[in-house]
Amino acid sequence: MDRFRMIFQYFQSNSESVMNGICGLLALASVKMYTSLDFSCPCLPQYNMAYGLGIMFVPPIILFLCGLILNRQSLVMLEEWRQPPGRRKKDPAVIRYMCSSIMQRAMVAPVVWIIVTLLDGKCLICAFSGSMDPQKFVGFANVSTEQVQQLLAKVPCKDDELMRNSTSRKAVSRYLRCWSQALGWSILLILIIAAFLARWLRPFFNQATLLQARHWSTYIDIEQKIFEETCCEHSRLFAHKCILHFFESMQQEIKLHSSSLPREGEGAEGGEGLLQGITDQDQVNKLLKMWYYEKPPLDVSRAHQR
Amino acid sequence: MDKFRMIFQFFQSNQESFMNGICGIMALASTQMYSAFDFNCPCLPHYNLAYGLGILLVPPFILFLLGFVLNNNISMLAEEWRRPRGRRGKDAAVLRYMCCSMAQRAMIAPAVWLSVTLLDGKCITCAFCTSVPLESLGNASHPRLSQGEVLRVLARIPCKEIYNGQQLIANEVAVRYLRCISQALGWCFVLLMTTLAFLVRSLRPCFSQAAFLKSRYWSHYIDIERKLFDETCAEHARSFAKVCIQQFFEGMSTDLEAARCHLPRKAPADAGEAAEKLLGITDQGTMNLALKSWHRCKPPLHLHPPAQPTGNGWAGEGQPPTQPSAPRKETVAYYSWV
Repeated sequence: MDRFRMIFQYFQSNSESVMNGICGLLALASVKMYTSLDFSCPCLPQYNMAYGLGIMFVPPIILFLCGLILNRQSLVMLEEWRQPPGRRKKDPAVIRYMCSSIMQRAMVAPVVWIIVTLLDGKCLICAFSGSMDPQKFVGFANVSTEQVQQLLAKVPCKDDELMRNSTSRKAVSRYLRCWSQALGWSILLILIIAAFLARWLRPFFNQATLLQARHWSTYIDIEQKIFEETCCEHSRLFAHKCILHFFESMQQEIKLHSSSLPREGEGAEGGEGLLQGITDQDQVNKLLKMWYYEKPPLDVSRAHQR
Repeated sequence: MDKFRMIFQFFQSNQESFMNGICGIMALASTQMYSAFDFNCPCLPHYNLAYGLGILLVPPFILFLLGFVLNNNISMLAEEWRRPRGRRGKDAAVLRYMCCSMAQRAMIAPAVWLSVTLLDGKCITCAFCTSVPLESLGNASHPRLSQGEVLRVLARIPCKEIYNGQQLIANEVAVRYLRCISQALGWCFVLLMTTLAFLVRSLRPCFSQAAFLKSRYWSHYIDIERKLFDETCAEHARSFAKVCIQQFFEGMSTDLEAARCHLPRKAPADAGEAAEKLLGITDQGTMNLALKSWHRCKPPLHLHPPAQPTGNGWAGEGQPPTQPSAPRKETVAYYSWV
């Protein structure tokens, strides 16, 4: 019981830090994913934008869904939302609180991906090189329109023969990367200001309601865990009783059928008790066959009365 | 309870060192961020200054705010500031102390970023390459160019591979000059920060040390009190949940007995503990009912004292306890299986 209590306390006191840990791991995983991704822009006029924006927005959606899936709280919240009220009235503030805390944690990894993408610059260069104004750059100013589109689309590919030593390519690339980095830093700045204001200003609004919502959401989580533990322990005892009952009934049957072997009732209690009267190969085989073909019913009330 | 106390003492004694640790990690993270960041000067006349100063100043601001966001004390400070007076007075000195200590820790990572940026030199080179003094550093025999052209040429100084103004001013000369100024600024900044830190640390005991000790004590106290309150609420929730579930199962089996009343339950003395642990549920049907009822109709958040024979499984509302519930709940909570 003591062990149980200690483990419970550990889990409860650390459920917040477990969730924060998962959130941090996902953020690190997203950075690692980005650095190991072999970004290869197609360098074709129609495909560039689709590829660039796809790489920028599809993995964040995947990371967001992963963040929701890995968070145990989201299941608890859904259950709490969908279950009938029963004899307990539902508190929408608790559900809102749980929802907002889940969303905040799930949004960290996608945001990290988007910012790393923008600060690196390759995605935006790939996506928007075709939309540049060729007049601004010396190398592209005097080229026909179709050709200029082809050339601009090739800007992200440094190793292309046409573009290898072109200063205009480098100029376009620098220009786009500069914008991409500026956008990345601005988004990061806005998000940090929002996070700071949220943390600073929250106690100014409804602090008491927040404390209540937080307490009851913790309570719901603990209650669910304890219920599962209780059910586990119950099913262990139930199974134990059921199996003992099964062995006893087998023992009875064997006694009835093999009257040629009169058993001394009181034999060596310890060892005999464990053997449950089943002491040779045939009996064991019969028991195993019975267990497979005819499992006992899920009812230990009669065993209780013995 | 002993383990709890040990953990608390650890946190209390190390609250300061915990925050210092976070502070150090952020400083390291800021140098790592700088070296991982691919500095990419646009080399265009009007963009250089914006980009260079942006990279010099925006990340420190972000790091400063991040230092506040990661610090748990910020919500504590706001709570303490906004709470109603109640029966406890408010001390402005404590709030000031908390604010100062948070701000000091949050300033370290931005200061590290600024120093590293200035000492490296790329930002200043990018931002101020168009303001290089041509008269003293430029080549004497440079062609006469319009102002705009000169600016465009100078803007390309940080980008060596596209620089085409060797006759105007040698790239090496300009870069060296700008980097020298940047490093001088960097070292002055580091010296200034260190001197300030030294003065603050050494002069503080000379001014109102007693008031300082008081503010520090009470700010730690508020922090610990808040943590203890959260822990106590969590422990209470745990006990509450245990008893609620136990009463749910008891209520269920009582009601089923009353409904069926053909299985007189003998509770033999030697099977006492096992019988109790089975919570009166001994077959599949009853267990299924219990699980269904747990989902469809959770019991109310209202614990009953153990002595009353309650019919509160299915048959309707339980009787409210006649005595005030708080002390009874205490008794009930510790009555469970232990």
